[in-house]
Amino acid sequence: MTQIIERPPLHDDDAPEPGRGLLTPVPQAPTLTLTMVAAINRALHDAMAADDRVLVFGEDVATLGGVFRVTEGLAETFGVDRCFDTPLAESAIIGIAIGMAIRGLRPVPEIQFDGFAAPAFDQIVSHLAKYRMRTRGDVDMPVTIRIPSFGGIGAVEHHSESTETYWLHTAGLKVVTPSTPPDAYWLLRHAIAGSDPVIYLEPKRRYWAREAVDTVTPGLPIGRAAIRRVGEHATVVAYGSLVATALNAADVAAERHGWSLEVVDLRSLNPLDFDTVAESVRRTGRAVVMHEGPRTLGFGAELAARISEELFYDLEAPVLRATGFDTPYPPARLEKLWLPGVDRLLDCVDRAMRQP
Amino acid sequence: MGSSVRASREAPRAPDPIQLVAPDGTPTAEDRYRRDLPPETLAWLYESMVVTRELDTEFVNLQRQGELALFASCRGQEAAQIGAAASLRKTDWLFPQYREIGAVLLRGLSPAQIGAVWRGRWHGGLGFTDKCVAPISIPIGTQTLHAVGAAMAAQRLGEHSVTLAFLGDGATSEGDVHEALNFAAVFNAPCIFFVQNNHWAISVPVERQMAVSSIAQRAPGYGMSGIRVDGNDVLACFAVTAEAAQRAREGGGPTLIEAVTYRMGPHTTSDDPTRYRSRAEVDVWEARDPIARYRTYLRSVGVWTERLEERVGARAKRLRTELRESIVGADDFDIADMFDTVYQDITPDLAAQRDQLLAELAKEA
Repeated sequence: MTQIIERPPLHDDDAPEPGRGLLTPVPQAPTLTLTMVAAINRALHDAMAADDRVLVFGEDVATLGGVFRVTEGLAETFGVDRCFDTPLAESAIIGIAIGMAIRGLRPVPEIQFDGFAAPAFDQIVSHLAKYRMRTRGDVDMPVTIRIPSFGGIGAVEHHSESTETYWLHTAGLKVVTPSTPPDAYWLLRHAIAGSDPVIYLEPKRRYWAREAVDTVTPGLPIGRAAIRRVGEHATVVAYGSLVATALNAADVAAERHGWSLEVVDLRSLNPLDFDTVAESVRRTGRAVVMHEGPRTLGFGAELAARISEELFYDLEAPVLRATGFDTPYPPARLEKLWLPGVDRLLDCVDRAMRQP
Repeated sequence: MGSSVRASREAPRAPDPIQLVAPDGTPTAEDRYRRDLPPETLAWLYESMVVTRELDTEFVNLQRQGELALFASCRGQEAAQIGAAASLRKTDWLFPQYREIGAVLLRGLSPAQIGAVWRGRWHGGLGFTDKCVAPISIPIGTQTLHAVGAAMAAQRLGEHSVTLAFLGDGATSEGDVHEALNFAAVFNAPCIFFVQNNHWAISVPVERQMAVSSIAQRAPGYGMSGIRVDGNDVLACFAVTAEAAQRAREGGGPTLIEAVTYRMGPHTTSDDPTRYRSRAEVDVWEARDPIARYRTYLRSVGVWTERLEERVGARAKRLRTELRESIVGADDFDIADMFDTVYQDITPDLAAQRDQLLAELAKEA
């Protein structure tokens, strides 16, 4: 059984430490300064208020409010019929969500940690992803699975996994991961409002990042990438936790080397906004792809292949990958060494820049 | 693992299954579950069972003639399926596995709809949900969780509907079934787990699936009612399912029903059961045939007549023809539908892949 994980010491590339008051109620105002945890909580709250078919359930989400407090207050506000604790069984959490969706509800189940998605794998890939196609479009599957994801928080085994490749290799799922509080809010609102199953990967390492969130003007939809920093020498393609790493690296690159890096935040891994990636790489002529998970057959492999296939004659250098390694996820004391950080990314940029 | 592991334990003896009509067609002394069903209902159950078997036979023929990719016969299990499905309302949801021809036919799905899967025209079940029937579920036992979720949805929607999941003896070994039983009990979901214990999971006998002699005995361990019923007795299956449905509708929670029956045919048309079971065993069950037994009973109570048999035979013949006509030479679906039905709105990448395939096909043409 999982325990709440204390926030670890900051990494070099972490966002600034937020002040206290993470869980204090926020006033009703279009623009609020929120941590990512609070932004997700706000999105759940607003989605439940907007549509009473929206249900939130999972392990420890109701009374406790989630091990990261992401679901805090929902049971109190909407009642335990709409936000409830389930027995400890991930396959069942997803399986009942499918049954509810068949009957027209909009479940938002939580898998407590990335590593515990494995028991739900069959329900996700064999049923959730395929239901619309196998009924030839008869049945909508508006299920949004929230999964606190990725590493970098000093967690115990099975709490730091990158699962996106499994979902991306499964037709029928949409896969999104925010890098900022506003994106956390709007990607979740769009996911819940849509009719397809969405895997919503929450970058735990950025849970405490703070930013102003406009909860009135709809943010970019699913299927669109965002250019977080404009540059001219190389494009860094990142998502989730590593967008902040890429932005930090861009600062360092400008300062130390005079390189101007463009940072593309994918936001939505499927559907993929390849147009934005392509437009950027055409301008810079160089691309480095980042992800935390193991390199082999990670999303970087797909992006590198795609960029090479479609932009070969625009490239000044091979597409490079700054990723984790093909080992199991390391123990907490070693994860800083293992995770792709500023240095590994800049090594890749250096290699790309040295190409003739 | 040798069988010595089992010999060291003593499982409680399985209770006798609820039985209203004995294999020889005579009424039993069972009283608690006896119901006075009107003659039309009795005849309807008979007709549904006969039609199911006739259609099942036609399906096997069509497979042998190369018109179907595969077929999973329900021969021998007609009473269990018809009894269970007939006791429910049309707004109660069924979550079948893949062998429930009788139950889904009774719900009004057409032979063409049922046959589309076996011909390989499309997966799942087209238009099934219009009749409150989920598409078939081939990963064993997984649909039980969907049934629980749908039952929880019915609670949330303030309906008085129930859901019924069909599963088999083999499925009870799956983790999902354990999770489904536990969730249903914890949430007091209006859900019925209807286990057709047909004694075989492909080639593995029920004795190898579990060390207990009755699946129904597991129910109290989950905190729900459990009952063992003669799965070849349509009236008994009807009665116990009706009682479970009533309990669920009144807020009494889920029920685990074990219908003891027998898979008379192979697992599917690809299977050869002579490799793992004896003719003598099959003969024992042949003598307990659900349709012959029920016909004898109906004759004794004056419901079965030559006229009924003629009517039933005519409908069976009509449906066999309908099935054959809907299957033989049926058009394939447009390959573009494969791409267009993955998401509500096709993604740009998928649209490009669809266009690539269509361009390939245009070149070949």
